[in-house]
This record gives sequence, structure tokens and C-alpha cells, in this order.
Amino acid sequence: MEGVWSEQDTTPSRIEAGLRELLKERHADDGGYVPARVLNLVVILDRQWRGEIENRLEQVGRYHPSRTVMIAVEPRREHLDAWAFMVCQGDARPGSLSVCHEHVVVEVGPQHLRHVDTIVDSLVVSDLSTVVWAPHGHREAVQALSRLAQVVLLDSQDEPDPHLALERSQKLAEDAYVVDLAWLRSTPWRERIAASFDPAQWREELRRISAVTVRHREDSSAAGLLLLGWLATRLGWRPERLAAGGGKMRGRVRASRGEVALELDPHVQMNVPGLAGITIRTEAGMSLSLDRGTGGLSATRRDRRGREARWTVLGASRGEAGILGEGIRQALLREPTYRPALAAADAMAP
Amino acid sequence: MATVQENPLVEGLERLPVHPTVLCIFGATGDLSKRKLLPAIYNLAHDGALPERFHLIGSSRGGMSDEEFRSIATASVKQFSRRSPDEAVLERLFESARYVTGSFDDPAVYRSLDQALGEFDSEAGVPFNRAYYLSTAPAFFPVIVKALGKQGLDCHDDAEVRVTIEKPFGTNLAEAQALNREVLEVFSESQIYRIDHYLGKETVQNLLAFRFANGMFEPVWNRNFIDYVEITAAEDLTVGSRAGYYDSSGALRDLVQNHMLQLLTMLCMEPPVSFSADDVRDEKVKVLHAIDAPVPEEASKITVRGQYTAGTLGGEPQRGYLEEDGVPPDSRTETYVALKLKVQNWRWAGVPIYLRTGKALARKVTEIAVILKPVPHLAFSQEGSLGIKPNQLILTLQPNEGVSLSLGAKIPGTRMRIRPVNMEFLYGTAFLSESPEAYERLILDAMRGDATLFTRDDEAEAQWRICDPILQGWALDEERPHPYPAGSQGPPEADRLLEGDARWRAI
Repeated sequence: MEGVWSEQDTTPSRIEAGLRELLKERHADDGGYVPARVLNLVVILDRQWRGEIENRLEQVGRYHPSRTVMIAVEPRREHLDAWAFMVCQGDARPGSLSVCHEHVVVEVGPQHLRHVDTIVDSLVVSDLSTVVWAPHGHREAVQALSRLAQVVLLDSQDEPDPHLALERSQKLAEDAYVVDLAWLRSTPWRERIAASFDPAQWREELRRISAVTVRHREDSSAAGLLLLGWLATRLGWRPERLAAGGGKMRGRVRASRGEVALELDPHVQMNVPGLAGITIRTEAGMSLSLDRGTGGLSATRRDRRGREARWTVLGASRGEAGILGEGIRQALLREPTYRPALAAADAMAP
Repeated sequence: MATVQENPLVEGLERLPVHPTVLCIFGATGDLSKRKLLPAIYNLAHDGALPERFHLIGSSRGGMSDEEFRSIATASVKQFSRRSPDEAVLERLFESARYVTGSFDDPAVYRSLDQALGEFDSEAGVPFNRAYYLSTAPAFFPVIVKALGKQGLDCHDDAEVRVTIEKPFGTNLAEAQALNREVLEVFSESQIYRIDHYLGKETVQNLLAFRFANGMFEPVWNRNFIDYVEITAAEDLTVGSRAGYYDSSGALRDLVQNHMLQLLTMLCMEPPVSFSADDVRDEKVKVLHAIDAPVPEEASKITVRGQYTAGTLGGEPQRGYLEEDGVPPDSRTETYVALKLKVQNWRWAGVPIYLRTGKALARKVTEIAVILKPVPHLAFSQEGSLGIKPNQLILTLQPNEGVSLSLGAKIPGTRMRIRPVNMEFLYGTAFLSESPEAYERLILDAMRGDATLFTRDDEAEAQWRICDPILQGWALDEERPHPYPAGSQGPPEADRLLEGDARWRAI
């Protein structure tokens, strides 16, 4: 069920009044309609790409924010036009609830971005976490919202230069909690690497790692660097800048027992961004490879004597919509290993 | 002995590694397995939450090939999974599944099982943990456990062996004690996971969060401020196709002995030192020990039994319990029970705790109502108002999970008139994610060795120590359960249990 409010040449306080009116109308229909109260998502985007972003947000499924405020930037626009929707999950049946999400679109001009916080301030639900996402750049708006937002959602792979991408994340992380979709793409890989080395007989091998190769889509080197940064910080390696050459990044880092050779290999054809595989070798001749496969990751382990075992680590792909949904969910959590991994990745980025 | 260092890669991960595991389900083609266990295993696989290496072995009496078992498992997931399955994950999940057929008392079953488990270990080059899940008729629990021990399948070098036992854990105290003895002859308590799927529900676990993560309630959580407590688990369904099982069980065994006493212990327990399995269960058991077990002759003083008769449910006519298919016409099985218990300890002495549960009641609701004592002096005139009620804290578990606090508030106007209003918090509005199925959580916990949400041996026996004398008393009693029409609030005789100004909340 959906209720709509709209007004042209409007003001933030009138939009807020419109939202209150929508809620009253829903309640008058049935007391079973209740607004979700989890987090605010503020999206700064180019108006012409609004439909694409709306589609991505629609596909996040159960991870909808409770109030989404879309600031759609249109060149030469001078006044504010706004729409507000309240979308409820089906009809409220007697004795049950229908949780509703509020959705606000405000069309603004580029000149509004410097002080966009004065527009957004009255549109976010007080006392809830506020997340800012600017998929089309608009850094001055992100800067303006730093007072209001506790979390910045970004995707490091949007920036072609991984060093610049990671540096920007580091800077933003000084003032806000950063949720990086590139980092989230590495989550299943981190979980499965940790699991692969968890049995006692394999855990000892973590100290003997001698080489790591990460395979990724060409545009996803930031995700690869973050994965290497994670391994470096968790295993106590001293990060060194990698060298770019022949389309790859290569280098060596110091570990307690010697050096570890690192390689990022982008020569992989994939339909979706992210990581394609990883191979970890140890000085004793053991190796573990994980690669995307059907129904999960294809794992291959070769022991010191050259015996090989293959199996599938089960898991369904979350897809890009799932990654964005996970990004919204992560805004409510705090991941302690991201910032150290980010710093190490930044130090390794050529 | 060399100690293995901690895995440095697990910090910050939401899903902690689970050691490679073979899950063996006894009763793998039964209703519970098809409807709950196999779909739960699929959903764990879909989310990437299963152990890094995982195999399934099914065992039942019906003869079939591995391939036929895989087809049944796949079809069950497609029919009963909470989400549409990913074909590739589903295929991979069951491609290595094995099936062991035979009667559960036949040693050949366990030799075949031993062989299959050994082959999985050899193929992988690592010893897999072994998780047995007993989803059979209760009569087979001791048979299977004994046979596992005889075949040497109760332990495994360099890996863990665990056994999960479905409810009911006995139908009276003597049976529960005997079953504990038989199981403990083969497995140690730390290997045993007695499942009560109610504890796997997020809503039940939230009770602990509500009590021990919020300081504001602790000062009033005692006999000085609480007048009485009501715990209600009402169902708006009849026994339906479960009549055969239900008639030998009844409401007390079906819900009170396990689920409702779990709720009571969580409501009344002291804060545990930590949330480790034994610290939590120690505190729950203390509550059960603090409840005076009734003598059978006095069971009727603290209980009221009911049995639904013909009535109307959801606008539809409904036949009575005695007319249900499979129910003997002279059945005295209770479809409703209300009882009054008292937890005799420093915190709760003198506070009546009323429990009621039943089939074919007006509405489906599971809730805990904590009714506080009234204010000692009322300065406001009651004239022209609905009156001032004592504060009530309602913890609702079903159908909408939430917390509601009733307060007295001034009615707008020139006079000081008060009426009760509700301050409500609904969990569904405050979290992004849906709750996983209880079985998903519990199967994973059993595989990783976390027993917090499972019933310990002394806990199961302490539950029966309270319920057993009631059953004995009823058996001595000539009186039939009180009739109540389907779709009603239950038998009005339940009111006689209430002390002072206590009232049953409307269902």
C-alpha cells in the first residue's frame, strides 16, 4: 500500500509536514500501519540517473532503510520540488502489523549542495543513524552532511585509481564510520579463508605463508588490495607499496618468518565486480585456492606431499543488490578490522 | 603438549568458522526432517553458514538408494524452504549425501554408517566432526544412542562428536531420568544437545536481552513491585491432524513442561555471570528448583484443565475435541491448562505466576504480562475516568514481537482525569533483518558446540519434577476437563486460580 505527497517550489519544513500528514493518513486507515525506525539513508545523486538508483534500492529486499531521502541534483534548477511516499508491506490485517518505509525525493540545483545539510536536517528521523551515499560523486554534499551523518556508504571501485579511492576512504573514516562496498565484496572470501585455516593442522600454516595471489575483475583492484590489507594486518605483515606492471600489481611484504610475495591479477573475465579467486602458498609447499564456482567457491588444497583435495564451499551469490543491502545493514554494525585493513591496503596501493 | 594458537583471521567476522562436519539425521525421511531440518540445512548453505566442508547422511527404516534420498531431500527443500532455493547451491549441497537404511536396532546400520563416515574422512584427509540428529520416534532415542556407542561412533580422534535429541525428552520424570541415564552411559553431557526449538526463536532470546541489557527494569523486577505474572501461549488452531499424538500428550506435556517453563525461567532467572552455556543454564535450573513441586493430591488446587467443545473459530463452525478424527470419544486429554506456580526465592517469594495454554482459543498469542503493584495512594479523582490501572509490562512473542508498557495519562480537558494508555515498542520496526528459522540457529549451534540454547540433563528433569505430580494428580482425579467452546477464552473455571485482584488478560 502506498501513500503520496508532493509539492513544487517547496521548503524542508513543508516536506516534513507532508511526511507527518502521510503518517497520520496511514494511521487513520488502520493503526496497524507503523513506520520503521531503524536508520535514515540520504542519497545524493544526479537526477538523470535517479531511476537506476531507485532500481538498485528496490532490489535490496529486506534491508530497506526506514527513511530514504534522495537529493536529486539537476543543473540549472533554482527551487525545490519534492515527493514523499510511504510504502507499507501489504495490508495491515487485524492483529498484525504492516511496517512502512518512507521515501522522500527532493530535486535541488547544484548551488544547494554546499549547504544541503540545511535541507536534509529536518527530513531525517532524529536519534536514528544517518547514512550518506553519493554514488555520482557530489563530494561537497558529503562534506556538508558530515555534521548529520554517522556513516558514509561508498564503493571504492567507483574511483578508477585504487590509491585515490583508498586514500579518500581513509580521510572520510577520520570523521565517520565508512562502509565500503568493495570491502563487503571480500566478506565471503575472508570468512572462507578464515575457515580453511581454522582446523588445528592448517592453522599452523598461517605463519608459513610465502605467497598470495588475488584474482579480480579489472575494475576491482580496490577490493583485492583490501583483502591483502586484511591478511597483512591479521597476520602481522609489514605492508610495502606494490609495483604496477604488465597489468598486475606485485610486491613483497615482511612477515615474522621471512617475506611474502603478493600479486593482484586482474586478467579475469567476470560479469560482476569483485574478487574471482585467491591462491595462498606456504613455504612448506602447501597451497589453498578458492575460486568462484557454481553453488559456491571451488576449493583446492594441495598438501606438502602434493596430494590434492577439491570441494565446494557452499553459498549463493548475493549479487550487487545483495551487496548494497549488506552495506545498509552494515551501517548499524561496527567492523573492527576494516580500518586497519584499509590503512594497510592504502600503504600497498601503487 | 603443544598448544594451537588462536586463529587470527576470525576477529570481526560475523560468521565464525565451524569445523568440517558430517551431519547424520536419523529419521531423515520423516515429517520434521522434510519440513524443518532439510530446509534449515539448505538455508544455512545458501547463506554460506555451513561448515567449510559439509556432508549429510540420512538414515531411516525405508529402503532407498543414495540417489532417491537426494531427490527426497531436494524436493523437501523446494517445498518447505523459507526462500526459493538457488538450484546450484541445492545441487551441490546434496550431491555427496548418503543414505543408510535399516531398522535402528540393526547393528548393520551402524556398520554402514561407520563406513560412510570413514570414507568422508579419508576423501578429505581430515577427521570430520560428527553430529547425529535424532529425529525419530522417542522410543528409538536410547536404541540409537546405545548402538552408536557399541559401534564406537560416540567419539572420534581429533574431532568432536555430538548428538542432538528432539523433544519430547520423556513423557514423565521417570522416563526422562531413564533416558538421561541411557544417553549418559554413551555420551558425556557436553556432547548432548536436547533440543527445544522454542529456544531457537529470536523472540525468546530477546527476553534475555530485554532483561539484562536494560538497567531500568531491574530495580522493579522483584516481589516488592510485581503483583503477579501471566504467561500465555494461546493457539487459535485445533489439534487437526496431530490428534493421534496430541491425545497421548495433552497441553501440559506439549507446551508447559518445555516451552512455557523455559519462558518462566528466563523471566525469573538471576543475571548469569556470563552468557556461556553453563552459566545461563545454571541460573535457569535454580529457578526450577525454587518452584515447589506440588503433591499429586493437590494438583487440582493449582491447575484447571479444559477441553474444547464445538464452537466457532474465525467465523467458521468448529467441531469439538471429542469429535476430532483419531480422538477416543471418552478422552480426558486436556486441550487447555491453566496453572499457578510460585518461585520461592528471595526475589519472587509470594508472587503468583500464572501460566495458561490451549488449543482452539480466541486468538493466537504468546505473551508474558508482568503486572506491577498499584500506587500506594491515588491523589486523582476517579470520577468520569476509566480508572487507573496498575502498570502492566507486556512482552509479546507472537504474533507481533514487542514490548508494551501501560501507563496512566491525563485525558485532555480542564479536569484531571486519567486513563490507561500504552507505550509500545515493536521489534519489527527497529531491525532490518528478518529472523532466521529456529532450526537454522540450533543446528548451527549444535555443529559448533554452543549448548546455551539447549536443555541440560538436570534442567529437563527439574521441568518434569514440576509437571509429573500434576499428571499423577490428574490421573487420580475422576473429574473431566472443563469444557470450553472453540474460539472462546478457555474455561471460566480458570478464574478460581487467581489471587486478589488478579485478572486473566483477554486472549
